[in-house]
Amino acid sequence: MRRTVAALLRKELLIELRSWQSVPGMSLFALTTFVVFHFALNRSRVDGDLAAGILWVTLLFAAILGVNRLFVADAEEGGFDGFLLAPVDRGAMLLAKALALLLYLVALELVAVPAFALLLLGPTLGGTLPSLAGVLALGDLGVAVIGTLVAALAVRTRARDLLGPLLALPLMVPIVIAGSRASSPLLALRGGEPAARWLATLGLYDLLFGLIAYALFDFLLED
Amino acid sequence: MHSSSPSSPAVGSGLRALSIAAAAVMAVALRLVFFYAPLDADQGFLQKIFYLHVPLAIVALCGFVAAALMAIMHLRTRDARWDMRSYVAIHMSLIFAVATLITGSIWARGSWGHWWVWSEPTLVSFLIVFLLYATYQPLRFAIEDPDRQARYASVFAITAGAFVPMNFIAVRLSTAYLHPRVLGSTSNLPPRMALTFIVSLLAMALLYATLCGCELTAKRTRAQLRALRRLADARAGAGEDGDPQSRRSRSAAPSMPAAGTLAAPAPRGGL
Repeated sequence: MRRTVAALLRKELLIELRSWQSVPGMSLFALTTFVVFHFALNRSRVDGDLAAGILWVTLLFAAILGVNRLFVADAEEGGFDGFLLAPVDRGAMLLAKALALLLYLVALELVAVPAFALLLLGPTLGGTLPSLAGVLALGDLGVAVIGTLVAALAVRTRARDLLGPLLALPLMVPIVIAGSRASSPLLALRGGEPAARWLATLGLYDLLFGLIAYALFDFLLED
Repeated sequence: MHSSSPSSPAVGSGLRALSIAAAAVMAVALRLVFFYAPLDADQGFLQKIFYLHVPLAIVALCGFVAAALMAIMHLRTRDARWDMRSYVAIHMSLIFAVATLITGSIWARGSWGHWWVWSEPTLVSFLIVFLLYATYQPLRFAIEDPDRQARYASVFAITAGAFVPMNFIAVRLSTAYLHPRVLGSTSNLPPRMALTFIVSLLAMALLYATLCGCELTAKRTRAQLRALRRLADARAGAGEDGDPQSRRSRSAAPSMPAAGTLAAPAPRGGL
């Protein structure tokens, strides 16, 4: 299982490194969205709830771009068939794809969070950065799991570009709730610590959806 | 599969009993709502919508969860009838959810002066759940292969069914309790209100079951009719249009997952 996941993950990252079709697009999208928010809200500096909201909405929509592309190569170039022919556990694909998406999200945030701090954020991100990274990591985990499940569900339908976001966004609302509430005090002018219940909500949601995705993923890969 | 044709008359008479029970209990519930339950001290007559809104919401949510359980049965047994039941349950629950949102909106307007109140967590959760389930039919419609359509729809139904309680917890956590939730549970209702509420809930559940039964029967009848018509076509123009081809082109519609399997025994028995 571990070797299969490693091999699949290596394949994903190799494809991404050679074609660069997800991470640069997601990062550029995030930067553009910050510009759009600047003009749409007519604010040069944001903090607190507003900052947390902008950050999470931007990251979420950028993540949707990655989700939409996640399985396209497998569906179109016969990756699913090749995988099904191999005598390996099918859960490995879920794990590898979710890990790949998680790495894309981390790469996205390495670009987007400094850019956000530079372009829009009022208070400086000094001491709160480790906590923010923790909150983002918990959120990314959930987005990666839900995104992988939804991408697999939507990729072999006729309207996958439409169905992917429509399915993913409602499922990710609890992540947005908990993530933005948790990061709002970290981005406030008078800094604070996130309430423990939001971190617990995020962690629990990640765990439950991880279990659901693991239980159901096999049924999406049967033909 | 074998029991499909002998069981259809039994379903018909069961449905009749169910409809009569639903109508009777609904009449009793309406009578209790308007003539038995006391007027609310704060909200007066407006509070009567509670006996409609809350049962609608509870029944719709239970329907979503039941659809998830049926989808689990479908994935375990691969019986297309479970997929059909799950489809019908989600379809009905979606209609009940729209009614819940409308009645909730009216209630919010009447008691707080706004058509939409973000501080009411149950209503907000309901909107999110509704938005998620609204993609169920487009998802089905976008998958042409009937077998995969049924499987993917079941995966969706289970995911969404598990999402319903989690979403309610998350949204409720996010809301500061601006409005006191006096009507949240039956425990602090006066006994006459509680009785009326329970009868209303029962009536709504029976209505839901009856409507589900009607839709299932209609779908089953339509599938049988289609199978018979296909058989007649096959006999009239022998071999002119290939049978499997016509079946495939017809079952692209989202609502016919059971048509193929229900239709299968009929031509075999006939030929």
